Amino acid sequence: MADVKTINLTIERRPVAVPEGTSLLEAARTVGVLIPHYCYHPGLPVAGVCRMCLVEVEKAPKLAPACATSVADGQIVHVHSEKAREARKGVLEMLLINHPLDCPICDQAGECELQDYTFQEGRKDSRYREPKRFNPVEDFGGDVVYVPNRCILCTRCVRFMDDVAQEPVLNVSERGDRAYIGKFEGKDLTHPWAGNVVELCPVGALLSKDFLNKARAWELDRTASICPNCTQGCNAIIETRDNTVVRMRPRANADVNDYFLCDAGRLDYRWMNGPNRLELPQARRNGLLADADWDIALGAAAAAIRGKRTLVLASPMLSNEALHLLSRLVRATGGSGAFRVARGPEAPLPGVKDLSLRSERAANVIGAEKLGFKKTDTPLAGLQATDVLVIADHALTDAEIEAASRASAVVVIGTTLVAGLSNVAAVLPITNFAEEEGTFTNLRGRVQRFLQAKAAPGLARPSWFVLADLLGALGESANYFLPADVFAALAASHAEFAGLTYDRIGLRGLPVVGAAQPAGVAQ
Amino acid sequence: MGYPHAPHPRETTVLSKYFGDRDAISLDGWRKRGGYVALEKALGMTPAEIVGVVKDSGLRGRGGAGFPTGLKWSFMKPGDGKPHYLCCNADESEPGTFKDREIMRWTPHALIEGCAIGSYAIGAETCYIYIRGEFTEPLERMEAAVREARAAGVIGPNAMGTGKRVDVWVHKGAGAYICGEETALMNSLEGRRGNPRIKPPFPAVAGVFGQPTTINNVETLAAVPHILNNGADWYKKMARADNPKSTGTKLWSVCGNVARPGNYEVEMGFPFKDFLYDLCGGPPPGRKFKAVIPGGSSVPIMNMEEAEAALMDYEGMVAKGSMLGSAGCIVIDDAQCMVKQIARLARFYAHESCAQCTQCREGTAWATKIMERIEAGEGTMADLDTLLEIGDNMTGKTICVLSDSCAVPIASGIEKWRDEFEAHIKGKRCPFRAAAAA
Repeated sequence: MADVKTINLTIERRPVAVPEGTSLLEAARTVGVLIPHYCYHPGLPVAGVCRMCLVEVEKAPKLAPACATSVADGQIVHVHSEKAREARKGVLEMLLINHPLDCPICDQAGECELQDYTFQEGRKDSRYREPKRFNPVEDFGGDVVYVPNRCILCTRCVRFMDDVAQEPVLNVSERGDRAYIGKFEGKDLTHPWAGNVVELCPVGALLSKDFLNKARAWELDRTASICPNCTQGCNAIIETRDNTVVRMRPRANADVNDYFLCDAGRLDYRWMNGPNRLELPQARRNGLLADADWDIALGAAAAAIRGKRTLVLASPMLSNEALHLLSRLVRATGGSGAFRVARGPEAPLPGVKDLSLRSERAANVIGAEKLGFKKTDTPLAGLQATDVLVIADHALTDAEIEAASRASAVVVIGTTLVAGLSNVAAVLPITNFAEEEGTFTNLRGRVQRFLQAKAAPGLARPSWFVLADLLGALGESANYFLPADVFAALAASHAEFAGLTYDRIGLRGLPVVGAAQPAGVAQ
Repeated sequence: MGYPHAPHPRETTVLSKYFGDRDAISLDGWRKRGGYVALEKALGMTPAEIVGVVKDSGLRGRGGAGFPTGLKWSFMKPGDGKPHYLCCNADESEPGTFKDREIMRWTPHALIEGCAIGSYAIGAETCYIYIRGEFTEPLERMEAAVREARAAGVIGPNAMGTGKRVDVWVHKGAGAYICGEETALMNSLEGRRGNPRIKPPFPAVAGVFGQPTTINNVETLAAVPHILNNGADWYKKMARADNPKSTGTKLWSVCGNVARPGNYEVEMGFPFKDFLYDLCGGPPPGRKFKAVIPGGSSVPIMNMEEAEAALMDYEGMVAKGSMLGSAGCIVIDDAQCMVKQIARLARFYAHESCAQCTQCREGTAWATKIMERIEAGEGTMADLDTLLEIGDNMTGKTICVLSDSCAVPIASGIEKWRDEFEAHIKGKRCPFRAAAAA
């Protein structure tokens, strides 16, 4: 990239230096100037149709669309000049003449770009006196419903389906002010990534059926996270209301998922709110498993484990931190660790390099393998009658429950109860992925952080915290106060993770040492 | 006036010489009238020589913009390793314009000859004639002529036996005005929705199928053989002595309230007043001219003071506040309501807007609704200001000029016939309709 020429220009009196070929809109962004826009989206081909991003370029005869105009040396660009603001005001007025003023009942309100820019620089009133255009709501299939009256025809959805999903389903039908987004005959938005059109829609025209009328945007708490549903590790935002996850959205990361999140990732979040949660620690006393204090339960677990070989069945949904501490448990007891991963059909997004809903449907398969756990379809194969089975939030089949019942004892460290076992010595309730902080390692060896999005139920504690306590109860040194401490210990003891810290990983992730990354990804 | 008819003595018939001559339609007939001599000559020249002659002749685009044809051809870089294309814009849809239609109906081989010469000059082996969907008879004649020319080896893999390849294909549009915009035409030709493209890249860099493309109007290409036959100097002489920038002859389509509507071919710089009163026979009996839209519906409307002082070339029309455009001349007499006429024009643009750009999609429809409300006697004085402001928002801010074309007649209408608008608003009805009813 060294041979790309640097262009120097001035935008809103700020000096800007960007590579040749950059658009004015992106150039402005580098110096913190937001040029209002609708049709432009960095993940889509440029359309240049909304005409919202018109800016004044000195010596140019006409206003220039910032999204479709490349930078040139010595340009002096005014984004907020009288002329540019008047043009945007004109566009806003035009966009609103056929737009219903139904913000109070629109899901997009609060995160609507039309609303935002109208408040920012639109007219206070409308001069439009004629009846508004009306078209009925249409089911677009999949998770998407289309409200044509709110549509501003930016065509982001059409371009996404044509160029990114590469399955043309949507089109612009009709002409003039009769135009609307049409669906090709017999097609539906059933592409595994089609739900992104809801995200891309700058207004409330394309809505998620799943989120329909569920919450107002301003009531939501947003947490930076990672989609846990496959090994891709798409960066995501978990949105909660009243401690309940109500929506998953993509978080942009050019090195992993660009701007997108697949429908499976979007819609599979209800388990994070799941009702059948373990809330209290339990210990077996006098043959009966009963609720107990943490100390007693941890003591019971340690007592069962001490002196025995363990087989640790570790969920590939657990964090690197939890898996690291479990691997120490394996080592301390001379045992072994294994896991099974659920599979599904692979579903790539053709327009983005190396982005796919992966067939292995768990977040941390690679992390588990790197930390010494064996991926197998028969994780209990090595279980002997003298072993203690530690089930760390791993799902069991009926046959596996049958096998587990022959272990000398079972310690359950999990979010839900394991039914059908009479040899459970202790139950240690942990928080699920949305309730704790940690890291996952994706299929390209990228270590990515997720933050706590909601509070834990009952007395459940973060997995790393519980495991550190268990190691302590077994006489191991495991004095950690934060997940970052656990990760530091992990990085210190595993060469692949050397040099990584929470601070360095940040919210964009970093690959482990020697991980082969797709071309263009920063190491 | 339909063909055949005798041309007016003051016409200069170059392109229209054989309009109405049924025998000129066929290849044989056309050859007997001197056809394909220019092509033979051209294929013996180098492309650069042809471009030089066309440049020298001063020929400018007849579709509306008036861009120098030779200069446009010179943008096509020979030997760049890419296939070049020539597109002939035969999507003549500008209201009031019907000159290309007659060229294709009566002299289809003149166009094919022009296309073949143009293709050779720009290094293209393929020329597409994109013909308006509603042009059924011109389409039949063009297709028949192309078949004939190909069968006779005039065009094809071995054009005129010179070993040079020139293929001409006729492509029928589906009836959208916007497909006459050159980049929308290319999208339509490629099978996409006919939406204008953002420029740059310009067609000479990335046109049809992403390859270097030149796009010329029917009349422009049809003029080329005459220039090659008679020389650049002959063509250049057909101009005003004081304006060498507009040369040659121009076909004018005249419709509306004139005694003799039809196509006329005059030299550049012809006095518009003589044209309207002498050639076209003046207004219908008992009427007076009120307004003229000289260059197709997209140009500013002239009042008679402006029109009668105008000279019929690119600069002459601009000097009097309008444009030559496509030379589709719509004449309006004093019995017509300007508000109604302009509302009708606006409705056309609202119907034909491709719906890409916000200002055009919404603005054309909004302006139409206001215009129609005023015409119905339900307008307010504030509407006039709103119309002008909407027009301002629609001008110079969109990908193509359709939106400007809608705003232009409204603005010139309000400027020049404000009294008629105010009469509608204050009287709460159309004064012309009231007069007709009385």
